[in-house]
Amino acid sequence: MEYSYYPGCSLHSTGKEYGLSVEVVSRALGLKLHELFDWSCCGATSAHSTSFDLSVALPARNLIFAEKRGLDVMIPCAACYNRFKMAQHHLANAPGLRGKVSETLGYEYRGTAVIRSPIDIFHQDVGLETLEEKVRKRLAGLKPVSYYGCLWLRPAEICDFENPENPVKLDEIMTSLGAESRKWAFKTDCCGGSLTISKTGQVEKMVGRLMRMAVEAGANCVVTACPLCLANLDMRAPAENRLPVFYFTELMALALGLEGPEKWFKLHGTDPRPLLRSLDLL
Amino acid sequence: MKNFLEEVNARIGGVALQNCYHCMKCSSGCPMAEVMEYQSNEIIRMVQLGEREKLLNSSAIWLCVSCETCVTRCPNAVDIPRMIDVLRQMSLEAGIKPAEPEVVAFHRAFLDTVKLGGRVNEPLMMVSYKARTGTWFKDLVMGLKMLLKGKLSLVSPRTRNRTVIHRIFKRTSKL
Repeated sequence: MEYSYYPGCSLHSTGKEYGLSVEVVSRALGLKLHELFDWSCCGATSAHSTSFDLSVALPARNLIFAEKRGLDVMIPCAACYNRFKMAQHHLANAPGLRGKVSETLGYEYRGTAVIRSPIDIFHQDVGLETLEEKVRKRLAGLKPVSYYGCLWLRPAEICDFENPENPVKLDEIMTSLGAESRKWAFKTDCCGGSLTISKTGQVEKMVGRLMRMAVEAGANCVVTACPLCLANLDMRAPAENRLPVFYFTELMALALGLEGPEKWFKLHGTDPRPLLRSLDLL
Repeated sequence: MKNFLEEVNARIGGVALQNCYHCMKCSSGCPMAEVMEYQSNEIIRMVQLGEREKLLNSSAIWLCVSCETCVTRCPNAVDIPRMIDVLRQMSLEAGIKPAEPEVVAFHRAFLDTVKLGGRVNEPLMMVSYKARTGTWFKDLVMGLKMLLKGKLSLVSPRTRNRTVIHRIFKRTSKL
């Protein structure tokens, strides 16, 4: 199985351990990833807040490279995934936009790229049974709540991901790794996103509520698939309710017995190693 | 000449705002409702009433976190996040001093680094944001901790074809 791979800016920086774990896990599961040629930023919230055309042109440049390669493109960052999907939607529907964007970019945009989430790729293309067979160390005692956040899911008909009110794929991946996925009602509530820099107090309030609800649900950690969600939950949580937060691929690597997790865990704001040691998982 | 409602509807380019029947599912599920001075459905009504000045000068348009919950739950598929984006863009185009200057400073800092290197360089973006807002000490300890852990890369790979990136910005962004 081969895919184009768009890491996005965060996975080279604050979300380093997400990028590394996606790559290590993909390799172990027999997926070949080809980093997209000379990729550039998707523009994220800042582009769509300030200019519609900019918010379409930035992802379109990468979509064109993905089209040329012809493989499904894996995008691990929820924000990038969302912006790519939105751009593709607008380019298919807004009259005249395609020609305008192609002209700006100097390449013809055709609209044939298939945008995929690693959650979906591991869940569907690899499959839960295969995953379960490859588990070397079951994550017994680990009780994560799965936190999906916003941008994988919404708007539902554009993101084409899962039920936007009750997604389950991350939970199912956690179960197949041997963890006890806890049910909670906050898996799709917002963490405050990029307002973390400019409206920190508000984001702390939102993260505080998420963490309180995770604790109430009986979780001993949170698992996510978004670099911004992780950064916020990992660093903006109040001292009294602070659970370790993982990228789902870090836990996959741990369960599959791969090299790397111990190094990645050192990068977290809330050190998850004491919890993992207490459960004999490290 | 188009009135305010027609102008906003044209720029949204989808379902007309008049389709809103104020069931308030959008406002009920909005995570920022408590800090916005106008609720989502109120904003729709205000656009219909031509309250241009109030809206373009509001905090609400900058506090929306673009979580897309409202449009997902709207029974009439009114694209509220897109409406908010349109209002933000109109506010910037009119040269209005934003009611939430830090939020706009963040967008400028973010896009400046993208324009420069094709990709975001987080330390550079933070320096640019702090220079714009004068908040030199906020989150400083956290930033230093991240730097020491090796979570921030001072030098990150850039996009090679920056000519096309510059062209994209030149043609599409007035920021």
